[in-house]
Amino acid sequence: MLTGFIFYVLIIFAGTGGELCVSRAMKSIGEVTDFRPHSIGRVIIRALKVPWMWIGVGMMAVGFFSLLGMLSVANVSFVFPATALSYGVGALGGKLFLGEQVTPQRWAGVLLVAIGVALVVIGKG
Amino acid sequence: MTSPVCDQESALSAPERVQRKAGLRIKTYAMILLMVILNPVSNILLKKGMDRTGAMASWAPSDVFHFFFRAFTTGYIWLGIGCLLAFFVAYLLVLSWADYSFVQPSSALANGLTALLAYLLLHEFITPLRWGGILLICAGVFVVGHTHPQTTEQN
Repeated sequence: MLTGFIFYVLIIFAGTGGELCVSRAMKSIGEVTDFRPHSIGRVIIRALKVPWMWIGVGMMAVGFFSLLGMLSVANVSFVFPATALSYGVGALGGKLFLGEQVTPQRWAGVLLVAIGVALVVIGKG
Repeated sequence: MTSPVCDQESALSAPERVQRKAGLRIKTYAMILLMVILNPVSNILLKKGMDRTGAMASWAPSDVFHFFFRAFTTGYIWLGIGCLLAFFVAYLLVLSWADYSFVQPSSALANGLTALLAYLLLHEFITPLRWGGILLICAGVFVVGHTHPQTTEQN
C-alpha cells in the first residue's frame, strides 16, 4: 500500500516536475523562430547545456520508472486514470514555477481533459 | 520570464501586436498538431513492430537477447522510435515559446487519436465510455485552445 502510494506521488510530481523543468530550460533559450534542421540541431545542443534540462530529464526518468514500479503493484485500470491528476499539477506548476497566467477558462479545459483521459483509460474494454 | 507578456507586447504597435499574436497561435497549433499526430503514429508503429516480434519465450538470457534482437531488426520498431524522437523535438520547440499549461492539456488530443487509430487500423473495439472520454478531451482542448498560448515574457 505504502509502496504504491510512494510510486504514485513520484509519477505525478517527478514526471510532471520533470516536464516543468524541461519547459523552464526551453524558455531560458528563447522563442525558436528558425526551423531549418541545422538550426533545430543548434537549439537542442544549447538546451542540453542548460542545467534545468538535465534535472528535468532525470526527474522524467524517475517518473517513468515509478510508473513501471506502480504497474507491478496495481492494476493498469487504476494506474493510468489516476495519473490524469498530472494535468492539474501541471497547470498549478505552470502558474507557480513558470509564472504562467492560468485563467479560469484554462483550468476548466484542464479539468475536462483530465476527466476525458481518465475515461479513455477506464473504458479500454 | 515571470512577468506578463503584455509588458513586452506594449512596445509593439497595434497591427504588429495583432500580427504577432496570430503568428504565434498558428505556429503553436501547427507544432501541437505535429505532436498529436506523431505520438499516436509512433504508438501504432511500435505496437505493429512488437506484434511481429512476438512474445518473449522466457526470462533466460538467450531468450531475452533474441527477443531484443528480433525487436531491433523490425522496421516498424525503428520507424516508431524515429517518430518518438521527432515528437520529442517538436515538444521541446513548442515549449520554447508556449505555456506548459497550454501545451500539456492540448497534447492530450493524442490519447483520442490513439484510440481512433486503434479502431481504424488495428480494428480494436472502442467502448462508449471511451468515446465519451475522447469527446471530453476534445472539448477540454477546445476550451484551452481559446486561451492565449503565451503568457510569459520570452528571453
